[in-house]
Amino acid sequence: MLILGIETSSTQVSCALGGSDGVLAAAQVNRGQRHAELLSPMIGQLCDAAGVSLASVEAVAVGVGPGLFTGLRVGLATAKAIAFGLGVPAIGVGSLDLVAFPVRFAECRIVAVSDARRSEVFWATYRGSRDGVEVVGAPRVGPPTELRAELEAGSGRRLLVGDGALRYRDLIAAAGSAGVEFVDGALAQPSAWSLVQVARSRASAGGLVAPDDVHPLYLRKPDAEANWVQRPGSGGPAS
Amino acid sequence: MSAMAGTRTILLGIETSCDETAASVVARRSDGCFEVLSSVVSSQIDLHARYGGVVPEVASRAHIERINPVVAEAMREAGLQLGEVDAVAATVGPGLVGSLLVGVSAAKALSLVWGVPFVGVNHLEAHLFAPLLEDPEVAFPLLVLLVSGGHTILLGMDRPGEYRLLGRTVDDAAGEAFDKVARYLGLGYPGGPVIDRLAVEGDPTAIAFPRSMLHDGLDFSFSGLKTSVVNYVRRHPDVAAADVAASFQEAAVDVLVHKARLAAAQLGAAGMSLAGGVAANTRLRARWVAAGEADGRRAHLPSLAYCTDNAAMVAAAGLWRLAERGPSALDCGVDPNLSLTPSV
Ligand SMILES: [Zn+2]
Repeated sequence: MLILGIETSSTQVSCALGGSDGVLAAAQVNRGQRHAELLSPMIGQLCDAAGVSLASVEAVAVGVGPGLFTGLRVGLATAKAIAFGLGVPAIGVGSLDLVAFPVRFAECRIVAVSDARRSEVFWATYRGSRDGVEVVGAPRVGPPTELRAELEAGSGRRLLVGDGALRYRDLIAAAGSAGVEFVDGALAQPSAWSLVQVARSRASAGGLVAPDDVHPLYLRKPDAEANWVQRPGSGGPAS
Repeated sequence: MSAMAGTRTILLGIETSCDETAASVVARRSDGCFEVLSSVVSSQIDLHARYGGVVPEVASRAHIERINPVVAEAMREAGLQLGEVDAVAATVGPGLVGSLLVGVSAAKALSLVWGVPFVGVNHLEAHLFAPLLEDPEVAFPLLVLLVSGGHTILLGMDRPGEYRLLGRTVDDAAGEAFDKVARYLGLGYPGGPVIDRLAVEGDPTAIAFPRSMLHDGLDFSFSGLKTSVVNYVRRHPDVAAADVAASFQEAAVDVLVHKARLAAAQLGAAGMSLAGGVAANTRLRARWVAAGEADGRRAHLPSLAYCTDNAAMVAAAGLWRLAERGPSALDCGVDPNLSLTPSV
């Protein structure tokens, strides 16, 4: 099964093609906040480079967050429209799963921590295995001090991975929690490379759904900052 | 894949710049006339009513959930299979950035999947195409008054693609004033339709609200009018709401029509058209027709469905753009503050 993966929940724009032979091609760019400009052309170029027609894609996988809203919107809208336009199923994968996936061989708990902006982080806890990662602590959002308190309350070796862990490393490590270790920056963000691999095993386990049934995982309410706003363009956008 | 039979071009248009999720299929014949094959609008008014205005994050999230079903419905109503279009267009601005991103991303994705061109459309330009959807005999130059919750603009259209900005609001949009007054009077949201309904029962001459900047060029100002209404009701708590609604509406419509007539004269317009959500206002429509008759200009009143935000106007603008300027690059972004280039 040929899977197109799209992951844009961080500052990184990432897409990949994969199948039973593993990852065929992958591309990523990390030049913050240009998701809408980069993603579609990148998918076209990826298909060309891999010598694969987009029409031969049999399922579309997408990272559903939690993550940065702008990136999520572009990724979800694109992935759902591609699946819809092709008439193929889709699969949504939690973006923190993808942060944890590259370090799945660690023989300890994995805590995936991504930067949520506004002085907060998203995090979730995993148990890794040869085949993938399994959630043991559901995704949450909160200040790094909350994560630190959770780490202090726990015990044993914990491996922290993700751009949120690196950004707040001093604060989190200052806890002096025994056994807390950090993974370096190369694996800091969720990638479509990981996504197509996770999606492939979940798809064969019956994880494919209709594109309409793939929903983003925001973790934050839309009205958290919903003070009354004006419609766009007031005051005359024409010049 | 192409549905083009040599005689017409078929385009799927997508509009998500604010709180309507819309998709439409429009054909353009070789003689340049448009034929609307479908136009589907999913309004989010229910979602935003409790906030008394559009909440951008709520709008963006709703667009994500609704865009594919709306596109599917538009294709079905047009009697087309998925992919049976010659191009896909979407609004790239102005509007709410998160909302714009959803429509543009979906449109680019469909253009990629179906192997057809993508066309980025300016929302303001799209509004100018509304009169052309129903009336192939539109006479140019055309004066367009675009009035909505987001815009109050007077535009001259010498022909498609050639525009002149003649006037605009310096503060609130007209529709925004309707919303704010309705909210102050406790009438609910959106304000346009409720004030329109209530005004029928009131006396438009009961209160002499100010006609802001009436003799001061072609720009508008509506925040002073809104403040006058608030002050008046504060001083006269027993006033009939219907009289306030009717008098406020009359003041707003007076200014809109007066400046539109001045602008039309300045432009030497052959016709004059309304556009935008406030074009649904009964009083404005009646006064518009009367103004056209008085001044000897053809008055266009596009259907309400094409005045409020919709994707048929986006598709029409996209078809024109595709034919005259060619497709847009897939790496084009969205621009929440996009302006209408006065003349190209
Ligand atoms: Zn509009």
